[in-house]
Amino acid sequence: MNAPGAGPTSREHGLTVLGQMLRIRAFEDRCYQLYGEQKIRGFLHLYNGEEAVAVGAMRALDAGDAIVATYREHGHALARGVPMDAVMAELYGKQSGCSRGRGGSMHLFDVAKRFYGGNAIVAAGLPVAVGLALAQKLRREPTITACFFGDGAVAEGEFHESLNLAALWRLPVLFLCENNRYAMGTALDRTEAETDIAAKARGYRIEAAAVDGMDVFAVEAAVGRAAAAIRGGAGPGLLELDTYRFRAHSMFDPQLYRDKAEVEAWQKKGPLITLTTRLKAEGLMTEDDYRRLDAAASAEVDAAVAFAENAPWEPVADLARFVYAEPAA
Amino acid sequence: MIASVRPEPGATPSTRPAAVRQSYRDAVRESLRDALRADPRVFLMGEDVGRYGGSYAVSKGLIEEFGPERIRDTPLSESAFVGAGIGAALGGLRPIVEIMTVNFSLLALDQIMNNAASYCHMSGGQLAVPLVIRLATGAGRQLAAQHSHSLEGWYAHIPGLRIAVPATIDDARFMLAAALACSDPVLLFEHAALYNREGDLTPGLTAVDIDHAAVRRPGRDATVITYGGSLPKCLDAAASLAAEGIDVEVLDLRTLRPLDEAAIVASVRHTSRAVIVDEGWRSGSLAAEVTTRIVEQVFYDLDAPVARVCTAEVPIPYAKHLEDAALPSPARIVDAVRRVVGRDGDG
Ligand SMILES: Cc1ncc(C[n+]2csc(CCOP(=O)(O)OP(=O)(O)O)c2C)c(N)n1
Ligand SMILES: [Mg+2]
Repeated sequence: MNAPGAGPTSREHGLTVLGQMLRIRAFEDRCYQLYGEQKIRGFLHLYNGEEAVAVGAMRALDAGDAIVATYREHGHALARGVPMDAVMAELYGKQSGCSRGRGGSMHLFDVAKRFYGGNAIVAAGLPVAVGLALAQKLRREPTITACFFGDGAVAEGEFHESLNLAALWRLPVLFLCENNRYAMGTALDRTEAETDIAAKARGYRIEAAAVDGMDVFAVEAAVGRAAAAIRGGAGPGLLELDTYRFRAHSMFDPQLYRDKAEVEAWQKKGPLITLTTRLKAEGLMTEDDYRRLDAAASAEVDAAVAFAENAPWEPVADLARFVYAEPAA
Repeated sequence: MIASVRPEPGATPSTRPAAVRQSYRDAVRESLRDALRADPRVFLMGEDVGRYGGSYAVSKGLIEEFGPERIRDTPLSESAFVGAGIGAALGGLRPIVEIMTVNFSLLALDQIMNNAASYCHMSGGQLAVPLVIRLATGAGRQLAAQHSHSLEGWYAHIPGLRIAVPATIDDARFMLAAALACSDPVLLFEHAALYNREGDLTPGLTAVDIDHAAVRRPGRDATVITYGGSLPKCLDAAASLAAEGIDVEVLDLRTLRPLDEAAIVASVRHTSRAVIVDEGWRSGSLAAEVTTRIVEQVFYDLDAPVARVCTAEVPIPYAKHLEDAALPSPARIVDAVRRVVGRDGDG
């Protein structure tokens, strides 16, 4: 459960997380628009409403830790420090994209940031995360692996196999389940006999807790605690981060499965609105601060779009590159 | 155990004295032992590879020698431990994952295809997956439909994988080192019917590649192209055809992806006739791919239509007479060669 009194430790802390969340929100809103302009194609899954999860979690992890994410991973990539230019260029399919235009929205990679990608197969990242953690353990590295996945992944065999294996071998992996209530249009209680995800993890003897995923400080504190325990040799952990997706599942979803009223109710508890309200109430942020952060986020997105627009296309002659590892030049 | 000592990948395996007779099983075990000794990043994991000694006794004794951290028994979780192999490879280790048989690899197909085969390309070349997966494959032991698959041709369809098929003692002994030296995911298919076969290791041999086909028997009249568990059948067929005065060349593909097209073309140009022997089902088989390459490259050199000897298009039946009838056999290979050389009784 949430650490009692998890909150901003300073004005700077509060403004930093707000700035990171605004940056993701501005990026996602621009992506929505660019999809309409057909600059971005393919599948596009936006992270609006869930920003506190990626921002809080990444702050609590170390630079050497490995990250595995899903197809809804723009926020994770940005919060991890993958340059926004490279992410936007990837969505454009350009050579300067973080996966050289071969991945797109669902497959952002940056090995320098130990960001092992978006994975578009539900739950397929979990076994890989277990393996990264196995390597960390066998190589006696002081690092851990953090693996993000949705509530939908919990129904897959790979979830259960991976939790068992991680617990059996006491691997340094932190499972981060972003429970946004729906897998596409299917609510969790329509697919799971047991909807308490942390309880399932405990069934595998994994330390687990549910956290308010709308509260960036609660996420940061919980991930920090879990990561410290794992680094200390406690074996794997799981956090269920309760959150909500504000936009459609993807760009092809008329959202027949949920009421407007439900969405509106969650929007009132949204991670940005609650954060700004809190920072103002605690006297940690002025209107000016907010405007400055918001303007900085928009400016960064503008620059990323300009970068992506002007970035070169990968030559078709290089189509068949990277099917196999290339010898270092 | 797996410490920071990092010898260069592909460190040369220990050389052995001349002409050692050994079984295919022992040769694979020796290759594992070499790899585990040569590189502390190497470890073996899979179902019953440790305490049990491997379901085909390939890894017998290794847990005593290398310990449970490097000879790692896994739960019955094919997807998780294959995925864990991928992750461990990304994390700097050199895992060898044993999937008990190819039949169970279907439970890990997602990891093999969507992750191992795709990571390099979809990350724009940032990720390499130096993972070796060993799988027993093939039919012939009355194990019925769910335990008799030959899916190496299927896997060979997938760009990003390398598919190698040791059919000889030399290859059983040294292909693993070549696979481990490679930065890509390599699937090594070991035909279960080969484990008990014995042969002489070529004296002085210390390494083989996983890039080229090999002529196992030179000949003039027709080329029989095969791989894996069908190789001994083809050599038997060639021996009986020799007695009839038909001189068959036997080409062992060794690697199904990438396919050594140059070797296929050279041999068929030389003999002008080709029979492909493949334990996969005929439709959409590797044999179909090889046939197409021949048609594309050496059509005008052919003196007869290409022939194929494949498995009958049925789930493999249990009863011995039915299973035998379904699989390629020396007799069926002999018939096919006789047909392409025009010596089928009416020619
Ligand atoms: C194995 C698999 N099955 C089905 C799909 C199609 N699909 C894509 S996203 C999705 C829903 C996943 O929901 P969840 O895990 O809760 O993640 P969220 O989209 O809510 O972030 C489905 C069914 C898929 N990509 N992979
Ligand atoms: Mg969900």
